[in-house]
Amino acid sequence: MQAIVEISHLTKCFGDLRAVDDLSFKVNKGELFAFLGVNGAGKSTTINIMCGQIGKDSGTVVIDGADFDNAAERIKRQMGVVFQNSVLDSALTVYDNLVCRAALYGIFGEKCKKRIDVLAKMLNFGHLYSRTVGKLSGGERRRVDIARALIHQPKILVLDEPTTGLDPQTRRLLWNVITDLRQSENMTVFLTTHYMEEAAEADYVVIIDSGKVAAEGTPIQLKNAYTGDFITLYGVSEQQVRGLGLAYEVTAGGFRLAVENTRAATELIVRYPHLFCDYEIVKGKMDDVFLAVTGKKLIGGEQK
Amino acid sequence: MSTVAALIKRNVKLFFKDKGMFFTALVTPGILLVLYSTFLGNVYKDTYMAALPQGFILPEKIIDGLVGGQLVSSILAVSCVTVAFCSNFLMVQDKVSGVIKDLTMSPVKPYQLSLAYYVANLVSTLIICLGALCLGLGYLAIVGWYLSVADVFLLLIDVIVLVLFGTALSSLVNFFLNTQGQLSAVGTVISAGYGFICGAYMPISTFSEGLQKVLSFLPGTYGTSLVRSHCVRGALEELVENGVHTEIVEAIKASLDLSVDFFGQTVEIPVMYIILLVSIFLFLGGFVLANVAKHKKR
Repeated sequence: MQAIVEISHLTKCFGDLRAVDDLSFKVNKGELFAFLGVNGAGKSTTINIMCGQIGKDSGTVVIDGADFDNAAERIKRQMGVVFQNSVLDSALTVYDNLVCRAALYGIFGEKCKKRIDVLAKMLNFGHLYSRTVGKLSGGERRRVDIARALIHQPKILVLDEPTTGLDPQTRRLLWNVITDLRQSENMTVFLTTHYMEEAAEADYVVIIDSGKVAAEGTPIQLKNAYTGDFITLYGVSEQQVRGLGLAYEVTAGGFRLAVENTRAATELIVRYPHLFCDYEIVKGKMDDVFLAVTGKKLIGGEQK
Repeated sequence: MSTVAALIKRNVKLFFKDKGMFFTALVTPGILLVLYSTFLGNVYKDTYMAALPQGFILPEKIIDGLVGGQLVSSILAVSCVTVAFCSNFLMVQDKVSGVIKDLTMSPVKPYQLSLAYYVANLVSTLIICLGALCLGLGYLAIVGWYLSVADVFLLLIDVIVLVLFGTALSSLVNFFLNTQGQLSAVGTVISAGYGFICGAYMPISTFSEGLQKVLSFLPGTYGTSLVRSHCVRGALEELVENGVHTEIVEAIKASLDLSVDFFGQTVEIPVMYIILLVSIFLFLGGFVLANVAKHKKR
């Protein structure tokens, strides 16, 4: 696959603090890329460097084949960013905000109007055109934020914790839109999130800790490398489960056993077929991966 | 419509949407006029009357016109700069709210952003200061009108030049501010101090010689002198026509800072315009350079 973002040996210090420390990774075209880390791990610094908000100390940032050092303007046209906090003008209407932001990319007049209408249909905010942004609900505002990021039809959409604080319905709507965009326009999505179930849907995941890559791979690779499998067994007695000699916990209507991997689970089933009449096997979750990799847990933006 | 025009439109709209800021800026010149005429008007009037020979009878309206011209010129000279600082909050507010990130992550060039902030500030300040000029002319029409059409035209030019000066200065100063607290502090210092150092609250001729020399280096001094010259010219001419000795009129002119000396050399009116225009050019150049330097640092 062709890489659309290539970060090599990126380093950024703030005084004595090495916020980003020799960071290297690639994002392939059209993929959903999850960039994970606790607060202060270096995610925002990396994104800010990619967007030209702050300079780097060393390393290279190549986006869509262009080096940021000599093609910043071209790169900026390829990127749309949804920041953690809305950065639209609260006192202006939704429509005025989008017209102003479209003008930053040289989109004016009828072309601008058509683009806003397309986005309004896609994100369901046509009825909010004349509403001031400051009076929108969190979900409405987020939809307009995403419309602003997409106004110039970027190749890469950077989502910096886009669903934090949103209701499930709006989260679902946003993910549906993002999925459609990836399918219809082969858009690359660069996601940072504290919701591990969102990261689990990614094509590729990079976990950073203290400015360095702590682990990377597809979700399944990470799960295989950093967590085991879990078997939930139904219709058996606790005495029978105890007889298996494995750690277990009682769940609603069954028992949950931890095994090293899927092969170990298969061997167990083959050895005790009479016990495995009603069961399910699941991989560990991304939360378990994150905890195993960093020793820290992400819960709604808080480091535990 | 260009990108800069769209940004200017955005900035102006945001200024007028912030009703608190807009009305504060708008009523400030009016409040100053009321305060000046209430507390200083009589003091100035008594001073002029005392300067006339004993038993000399002069229509009171001429003195009122002269005092009115002095008050109006002070308000205009101060307002063009203080209102510019008051109106130029958006540049700092965008940094505080993070909106600047949204603007700078687009391909918009730093000079386009600077230009948009400057022009929007210029438009907002000009609207308010032209309003203040109308208010001042209305006041003069009531207390004593001695202005010619040329005076009014020149006053209009003076206000435009001073607004250009005030907005250029405020753009350069505010560029380095990052918080609302810093903005408020600078606004307070400018509001309190500028009137003194430009000779609006007290004529520079009343200051010590050393201070006069220092103040002659500040371009604002010449701005005040320009506005005052055009505000009181008619009333002073009327004094002469009513038989007041030219020596007395010249003494009044000197006390009003109508001619400013720069190390013994009298600075003529055309030179005052040149000083202000050069200052505007320098401040604007500094503002653009600061923007470019910041962008390159990234």
